[in-house]
Amino acid sequence: MNSGPGRVLVAVYILFAIAATSRAGLQIATKFHEAPVAYLLSAFAAVIYIVATVGLARGDRIGRRTAIVCCTVELVGVLAVGALSLLDPALFPDDTVWSDFGGGYGYIPLVLPVLGLLWLRRTRSAVTA
Amino acid sequence: MNDYLVTLTIVLSLVLAVWSLVTTMRNRPPDRSHLAGLAVLELALLALAATAIASWIGGEQPAEAGTFAGYLVTLICLPPLAGVLARMEPTRWGSVIVTVVCLVVPVVVVRLQQTWQIPGV
Repeated sequence: MNSGPGRVLVAVYILFAIAATSRAGLQIATKFHEAPVAYLLSAFAAVIYIVATVGLARGDRIGRRTAIVCCTVELVGVLAVGALSLLDPALFPDDTVWSDFGGGYGYIPLVLPVLGLLWLRRTRSAVTA
Repeated sequence: MNDYLVTLTIVLSLVLAVWSLVTTMRNRPPDRSHLAGLAVLELALLALAATAIASWIGGEQPAEAGTFAGYLVTLICLPPLAGVLARMEPTRWGSVIVTVVCLVVPVVVVRLQQTWQIPGV
């Protein structure tokens, strides 16, 4: 679990945790009133990325369960926010990490939870013992 | 921002990305050449940061100061992060990590430049 491709996954998650946290922190600190929903959503995404990173890095049973929940929330979030941001752009006056299905971040937010879930599934048997 | 340093950091990073990709395909862990490459890249990024901060103190303002500072700090942390993770993972996947981080660096450099200059001015 906590080796090979899993470590690459953790590395990418660290990058996203840093990116989302600093972006949301800055937006909330400097211009919260402009787009509170978008910025709170970015902050929520940041928390999810941090928790997922820790879960994946731990790799034990609790860590894996946490990671599964986080990856699922990410996938649902990026799909829901992506669809909403296209259907009703007025809801999000400023972009979030998950707007446009993560298009602002090279669609990695869309691919990352899928890879995470696949990796957790593939390594399932190794940890249950 | 110093255009030469911007170009240099992007080129260095992409060269190192290709080199780690070759290492990955040869099924090798990252070796000293990668750590040396990351060190050179870090020096170039520090030089870029130093010139940016110098012209900031000299009176030039980044278009979005807060965002610019955030990107700058993140950028400086990337090569050490890649180095530490590469050392922790002495397999071909360590080389993948170096490749990924070296592909992220040019993106952050370009975004950094965008927050320094107002686009279209």
